[in-house]
Amino acid sequence: MRLFIWLVMAFMLAMPARAELVIEITRGVENPIKIAVVPFRVKSAGAFDVDLARLIESNLERSGQFVRVRRDTMLSLPGPEDQIFYRDWRAIDSEYTVVGSLERDTDGLLVRFGLHDVYGERVLFAERIPGSSDSLRDIGHYISDRIYEALTGLKGIFSTRLLYVSAERRSEKDQTFKLILSDADGGRPQTIFQSSEPILSPAWSPDGSRVAYMSFRGKRAGIYVQTLATGEVQKVSDFPGLNSAPSFSPDGRKLVLTLSRDGNPELYVANLRTGQLDRMTNHFAIDTEASWSPDGRSILFTSSRGGKPQLYMMNVSDKTVKRVTFDGDYNSNGAFTPDGKSIVFVHRTNERFHIARMNLKTREIRILTETDLDESPSVAPNGTMLIYATSSEGRGLLGLVSMDGRVRVRLPSVSESVREPAWSPFFN
Amino acid sequence: MNILKQAKTVGIIAILAVLAGCAGQVNESVQGPSKVESDAERAAREARQAEFLAKQEAAKADQQAANLAAKTAEQLRNNAMAADTLFFFGFDKSDLSQDALDDLDAHAKYLAADQSAKVRLEGHADERGSRAYNLALGERRSNAVARYLVIQGVNRSQIESISYGEERPLSLSRDENGWSRNRRVELIYQ
Repeated sequence: MRLFIWLVMAFMLAMPARAELVIEITRGVENPIKIAVVPFRVKSAGAFDVDLARLIESNLERSGQFVRVRRDTMLSLPGPEDQIFYRDWRAIDSEYTVVGSLERDTDGLLVRFGLHDVYGERVLFAERIPGSSDSLRDIGHYISDRIYEALTGLKGIFSTRLLYVSAERRSEKDQTFKLILSDADGGRPQTIFQSSEPILSPAWSPDGSRVAYMSFRGKRAGIYVQTLATGEVQKVSDFPGLNSAPSFSPDGRKLVLTLSRDGNPELYVANLRTGQLDRMTNHFAIDTEASWSPDGRSILFTSSRGGKPQLYMMNVSDKTVKRVTFDGDYNSNGAFTPDGKSIVFVHRTNERFHIARMNLKTREIRILTETDLDESPSVAPNGTMLIYATSSEGRGLLGLVSMDGRVRVRLPSVSESVREPAWSPFFN
Repeated sequence: MNILKQAKTVGIIAILAVLAGCAGQVNESVQGPSKVESDAERAAREARQAEFLAKQEAAKADQQAANLAAKTAEQLRNNAMAADTLFFFGFDKSDLSQDALDDLDAHAKYLAADQSAKVRLEGHADERGSRAYNLALGERRSNAVARYLVIQGVNRSQIESISYGEERPLSLSRDENGWSRNRRVELIYQ
C-alpha cells in the first residue's frame, strides 16, 4: 500500500456550516444542582455577540446534573466585584451563584468570574481570564468546565468537540454530504470535508489532532486521515471493494479498518507511517466496525459469523476471538467507555434499535435510549455521557444520553439531516 | 437448434433428390457404345457431385445459422433490456429470490453473448442497524448478484460492483414497505 498526501483546499476549513444544533432537554437527574448564572456585566463600550451566562448555564444543564435558576427570578444582578447577599439567592432556591464581567482591553478582552456557594456563604473561586476577541466561546466553555469540575469532582467536557456528518438530499442520486466539526454544544460548526458521495465513520485520533473517515473519490471508497490544523489529507487505503470503519489505536500510530480486497469484509491493521497492512480476521462472514480498547490490547468488532450481527472481542497479540453479546439478534457498532470497563453498542429489542451499555465484567446489559433507529454511539472522554444518532420525522438528529440512561438531551439540527457523531478526546 | 436440424434434414433430402436425377441421366448416356463408363468411374463422379452439393448445402445452412445467431443476439439483448434491474433482499439477508434469478438469467445470457457489454452493481441496505455494517451488507448483496452472473458464464471483468450501504435509499418511508424497496441491488448497464 502506498501512502500519499495532498491538501484539502484551505477555504474548506474556514467554511461555516449553516445548521447549528439546538439543545432540548427531555429528562434530567432527580436532584440536579440548582445554579444561578448572573448575566455577565459588560464593562467596556460595545456589545459582545456571545451571551456568556447563557452559554454557561446551557452547558451545565445539558450535563443533566444541573438546573438553571431563571434570570427573571433573580433579585439582583451583581458583578464579580459586588457584595453577594446570599439570603437573596437562598430565597430563589439557588445553591450556587456565578457572577462575571467582560471588557475589551488593548490585548483583546478580559473576563472575570466567581463561583459562590450560597449555603456555605463563601466564594469557591474567582479568576481573571484574558483572551482574544474571537475566543469568547472558548472562555465560556472553560468557565463551564471549571464550575462542573468544582461541583461534581469530574473533568468537564465542554471544551471538547464533535465531528458528525450532515446530508442534504435532493433525490436518491443528488445529495451533499459534509463532515462537520463543532464545539461540544454544537456551536461554531465548520465543514472540514464535503462530497456528493457518502461520508461515513469519522473517528478521532487519540490526541484530537487528526480525524479518519471513509469517503468516495469518484466511485471508489477510501479511508483518509485529515490533520485538522493544516487540512492535510493522507490516503490510507482505496482498494477495490470496501474500505470502511476506521478506528485509531490508542498510540495514534495505527488504524484498524475493514477491507474486502480479499473478497470478503475482514479487519486489517494499517500502520500509518509505513503503510504496512496486517490482516486480523479470516472468516467468510462480515467482520467490520472495529474499535480499539483504551489499553490497546483488544479490538471490539461486529461479525455475522454466528448468523446474525453480534459483537466479538479480539486479543490483538494472538488474534483469538471471543463472542461478547448473546442477548438479542442484532448487536453492532460497539465502542469502549474511556475506562475500558464497559462497551456501548446498537442493540435491537422488540424490533427497535436502541443504544445499550454492557458491563464487561458482569455482562449486565442496560438499554439507554428510548427512540428508534438509534446508532453510532460515541462516549464522551469523561465517560459520563454518550452521543448517538437517531431520527425523527425522517430527519437524522443527534442525542445525548447519560451512562445510566437517566439524562437524555436531543440536539436537533435546524435544517439538515445529521448522523455519525464522534466525540473528541480531551484537548488538555 | 430445432431450426438448424430442420435445415440439415431439408439439405439431405435435396441431395438425395439431385442424386436420383443424376442417376437417371447417367443411365441414358451409358447407352452410347463410345462412352462406356466403368462402374468405378461412375461411382467416383457421383461422389464428386455429392460432395459439391453437400458443400453448397452446408454453406447455405451456415448462412442460415449466422442469420439466426444475429437474431438471437438481438433477442438476448432485448430480453436483457426488458428484464428487471432491481433485485430485492430480506432484512440482513443476501440470498437471491427465485424472481430475481429469472431476470438475472436474461442479463447473464446477454452479457455472456456480448463481452463488450458491462454492468455496474450497486448494493444497498435499509436504514436499520449500523451504517458500516450496512455498507458490508450492501457489498454482500452486490457480490451475490455478481457471483450468480459469473456462474451463468459472464466474465468477471464485465462486472463492476460497489456498495452504498444505507446512504442512498430509494424510498423514504420508514416502514417495511419502504425498507423492502431499499434492500436492493441495482444493475446498471454502463
